[in-house]
Amino acid sequence: MSAAALQTDVLVLGGGLAATWAATAAAAAGVDVILADKGFCGTSGVTATAGPGHWWVPPDPAAREAAIRDREALAEGLAERAWMARVLDETWRTLPTIGVYYAFQRNDAGVVQYRNMRGPEYMRAMRRHVRKSGVRIMDGSPALELLLHADGSVAGASGIDRVTGAPWTVRAGAVVLATGGCAFMSHLLGCHTNTGDGALMAAEAGAEFSGMEFSAYYTVAPAFSTMTRSMSYAFAAYTDEAGHELDIPSGRAATAALARALLAGPVYCSLHRMPADIRARLTRIQPNLMLPFDRHRIDPFTDRFPVTLHGEGTIRGTGGLRIAGDDCATTVPGLYAAGDVATREMVAGAISGGGAQNSAWALSSGRWSGQAAAARARAQGRRAERPVEAIGEAGLRPRPGAARLDLKAIVAAVQAEALPYDKNLFRSQAGLRGSLERLDRLWRDLRAFGHGAGPAALRSREAAAMTAHARWCYGAALARWESRGMHRRTDAPERDARMAHRLIVGGLDQVWVQPAQRAAREAA
Amino acid sequence: MIELLVAGRCTSCNICVQICPTNVFDAVPGAQPAIARQADCQTCFMCELYCPADALYVAPDCDGPVVVDEAEILASGWLGQYRRDSGWGEFRGDPAHTNESWRMDEVFARARGG
Repeated sequence: MSAAALQTDVLVLGGGLAATWAATAAAAAGVDVILADKGFCGTSGVTATAGPGHWWVPPDPAAREAAIRDREALAEGLAERAWMARVLDETWRTLPTIGVYYAFQRNDAGVVQYRNMRGPEYMRAMRRHVRKSGVRIMDGSPALELLLHADGSVAGASGIDRVTGAPWTVRAGAVVLATGGCAFMSHLLGCHTNTGDGALMAAEAGAEFSGMEFSAYYTVAPAFSTMTRSMSYAFAAYTDEAGHELDIPSGRAATAALARALLAGPVYCSLHRMPADIRARLTRIQPNLMLPFDRHRIDPFTDRFPVTLHGEGTIRGTGGLRIAGDDCATTVPGLYAAGDVATREMVAGAISGGGAQNSAWALSSGRWSGQAAAARARAQGRRAERPVEAIGEAGLRPRPGAARLDLKAIVAAVQAEALPYDKNLFRSQAGLRGSLERLDRLWRDLRAFGHGAGPAALRSREAAAMTAHARWCYGAALARWESRGMHRRTDAPERDARMAHRLIVGGLDQVWVQPAQRAAREAA
Repeated sequence: MIELLVAGRCTSCNICVQICPTNVFDAVPGAQPAIARQADCQTCFMCELYCPADALYVAPDCDGPVVVDEAEILASGWLGQYRRDSGWGEFRGDPAHTNESWRMDEVFARARGG
């Protein structure tokens, strides 16, 4: 098969919320843009299946200050006021501009409501926005590896058509990574395209990560289903097998209590506390919420139904690529990061940015990275005639010596380390060390033997990406010998003032971790 | 997971082939699309939402395939449920299916306030 060879000014990898905001911002700067998504731009990723709410605060100095102060306290020392202020401002100014594509609704008082949106309609609107902006969309085109110039800067990416396996290459003046977080193919709604592929590609180019230990977020759902729509559970009453009510606190403390109960046995839920007027409107607020209940003939307002917690990895976790500047540059020249592939510590710190900050971050970081990539492409040119190197390794380019890998078994083994509550939610030095030993073995196999022909290359690459992701998460979790935010160490349950800094993690064959200050000093 | 493509309803428009984020369907020349890779289905219901003919049924069970009865599904009212409740297609503008996602904050506030 001959490789399709394209060139552009800015290449955006990914097709979800951050990617579409990045592509439209770059196009608005007047450059040529290609967006390549693994799935279909419009349904891919975790926004399209959800109901995103934005961090939405009017530009009243007192209101902004109060919002920032609230979140700063929750962030447990790891967020930054300046970033929070920028995100609030960018979101407030920009979100209403898609009103030509998304029908923002009015409340009972006739005031237009921006904050909470329906995911499918939001992403359908963003696809229209991308198309109207003149961006070339490559659906079904997973990127597999980055291309590097001799000077170490990013020169584009190559990948395959997911149906035919036909290879493609896009040379670009700058690349925006917006490939999402990684939930290890849990049953979180809409997460199966988010396997951390972009993070692996960036790591091969030398990029660093931050906050990867903040990857222990879980969302409740009916046990048999993917329906991780948590709003209704604000009214939940939980019971054990015998029907005894469980003492599950509301808010952020609910997850650990639910997980402990689930480790002891089945947990059931009833939504009988939800007021009748809200029940009557539920399908208008969240049209997909009732699908699993109806189809199992469960009345969640009178019946008890079994629940579970689905792992979110770095999706509603917080970790991701370390951001090196206000323009969302990574530590690799020519490579920018937007949305969940980037760390969200600047706005969320040690807790989840889910529910408000992550969408605002996806929008804002998308805009900034798209604008910065456009400016770089303009300044440097495409340099499309220069020789470049394709740098993908694990899962793509095996070392000599034949061995067949059972990729399904490898993914199951990664999930068995990264998702169980007793390993990931309740962490300990001994547990993390054991997991890391097993994950390192999986990595060595993938690095030595992982490959796939045609469309199968995507599967081996995804397996490598998830394995790498789990190692960065647990490597950082092992180094953070305290509990902070969503990171819980059963052997160090208190916050330790000596750990009030971020942890930078990276590496492929050898995972390394160091405090953020030292990383910054060495980089200087 | 996706369990059923109702042949009597499918118009072979292939929208499901195009929009499925995990590439579950194959287009078949001169025929209706095929559920070619059911194991890759992530139970996201996007195909149901986008199918203008209400010809697709996604069982909510995500752990593996389940047996479904086409006659029962046809009689259930579940086909097209998500598209209707989202106010898409012919339901656009229907006051019974308006977008009230903006009420989420008030729902949370009610839960907090008891």
